[in-house]
Amino acid sequence: MDKVMAEPVLQINELVKNFGALRATDGVTLDLRPGEIHALIGPNGAGKSTLIHQICGTLRQDSGTIRLAGVDIGALSTADRARRGLGRTFQVSSLVSEFSALRNVMLAVQAKQATSFGFFRPVMRDVSLIEPAMAILERLGLAHRARLPAAELSHGERRQLEIAITLALQPKAFLLDEPMAGMGLEGSKALTLFLDGLRQEAPILLVEHDMDAVFTLADRVSVLVYGRIIATGTAGEIRRDPAVRTAYLGDRA
Amino acid sequence: MTRENLVNILLAVALLAAPLAANALGQAFYVTLATRIAILALAALGLNLALGLGGLVSFGHAAFFGIGGYAAGILAAHGFSGEPILFGLPGTVQMPVIWLVAVFTAAVVALLIGAISLRTSGVYFIMITLAFAQMVYYFAVSWPAYGGEDGLSVLVRNQFPGLNTMVPLNFFLICYVILLVAIALFALIRASRFGAALQAARQNEIRVATIGIGPFRIRLTAFVLSATITALAGALYADLNRFVSPSMLSWHMSGELIVLVILGGVGRLFGPVAGAALYVAFEFALGSLTEYWQFVLGLILLGTVLFVRGGLLGLFAGKARHG
Repeated sequence: MDKVMAEPVLQINELVKNFGALRATDGVTLDLRPGEIHALIGPNGAGKSTLIHQICGTLRQDSGTIRLAGVDIGALSTADRARRGLGRTFQVSSLVSEFSALRNVMLAVQAKQATSFGFFRPVMRDVSLIEPAMAILERLGLAHRARLPAAELSHGERRQLEIAITLALQPKAFLLDEPMAGMGLEGSKALTLFLDGLRQEAPILLVEHDMDAVFTLADRVSVLVYGRIIATGTAGEIRRDPAVRTAYLGDRA
Repeated sequence: MTRENLVNILLAVALLAAPLAANALGQAFYVTLATRIAILALAALGLNLALGLGGLVSFGHAAFFGIGGYAAGILAAHGFSGEPILFGLPGTVQMPVIWLVAVFTAAVVALLIGAISLRTSGVYFIMITLAFAQMVYYFAVSWPAYGGEDGLSVLVRNQFPGLNTMVPLNFFLICYVILLVAIALFALIRASRFGAALQAARQNEIRVATIGIGPFRIRLTAFVLSATITALAGALYADLNRFVSPSMLSWHMSGELIVLVILGGVGRLFGPVAGAALYVAFEFALGSLTEYWQFVLGLILLGTVLFVRGGLLGLFAGKARHG
């Protein structure tokens, strides 16, 4: 019960975003509490991506507020939000493709240390970057691929590297955009297990199409349809909700 | 040793050995030619920092090259005549002072131009840097105090403590040492945290912002650094020719610098040296045969862009590798 009463880490209030006549985000209110995985599901075109863009700062909301650890971040740049503790992964892997896996993670370690204005010390001899980066790669089972350029990694490895980069930021809240996409059955299972433990480090807002993963992991589920949250509740409540069944889950639930 | 390092050392040694040999044989003209290569390489190296590492295709670097040139020309003119420039500040004929002024002036101008230009990207960035450079160009053309369209002569080459700069080999050595220092600086920056952030921002701006590094400040810093190196080259160029004119500021010059970078290999450490050497060699060898030598150069540039993406360095040293 403590968990539910605690101050939310991420709190989104009455968020609205219009594209011309289309209301892509329609008064979304959503929070993420310490230690939980809050899944956001919804059919294609429901406005999940638009919502994520607004939380991360690549799109600016028309109205409403976004608070991270009690601070309004709704007007900050993407980089400032990341510095304040928002750790995001992308639906389609977004990596520095010429850099090795190791250097991708090292860059995140460097960003976390807030020391990108060093001009003389070579990064490849800097243990304060290499060691933490290697530790994270090991944790994700990517250590043996550390020296390969990100572009040469397999799809699944690129998905894991995305998560490794985000771990290096030690964020206050994770925002994972379809981490299971294209992972295959084994990969999804392994990742589900990993995320299950991750919620203790920081709560996770999980956007995911893989319903097995969602119902295994989520403490709470919110359903987004036409830019509106039509229901929020535990996995069981969402399964039973008639509005959700018609709008989204169909016969699968 | 990697193949690229070997090619780099060969280039560095050749650029030193050729003028030494020419000097020993009493062929001062070739020393001047090598000096021209070193200076153009330095100017292109400056651009390579923004363009090669940062992906910032500045079509306005002639502005910084020219600012360096005019800094040398104007300071020398006042240093020679003894008249103060502004507010009683004297001119000078001392190269180190001139270099400092050139670098500082270019840094201030680049900060202004960059702060505005870097809010755009792609074609807009190219156009806005061009526009700023053209503004500087027309300012120089319409400023009669320093020669306007006719340019400004530097009557006697400026001085360097302990060296007679009128001896071609001495002046070459000054330029060569500066070029090597700049190359070392470029290598350091490329391998540093700043370099990592800059190169990452070129490849994936969103990724860099998402981990909390604002690309704008990184790029602005790179743009200013880049401008100062090109301005230093401009100051040396003025002393080489003992003449400064608005042509140093023209968009042809900006284009030439881009050509040098692409010919040599974008982002490659010794790319600008290779590019400048090829360019000056062509200008000299073909320029004496036909005034249409740039047509041949154009064909080579076309071939480079179409078939050898990594430029000359890519051709001889293979693909660039990041750790």
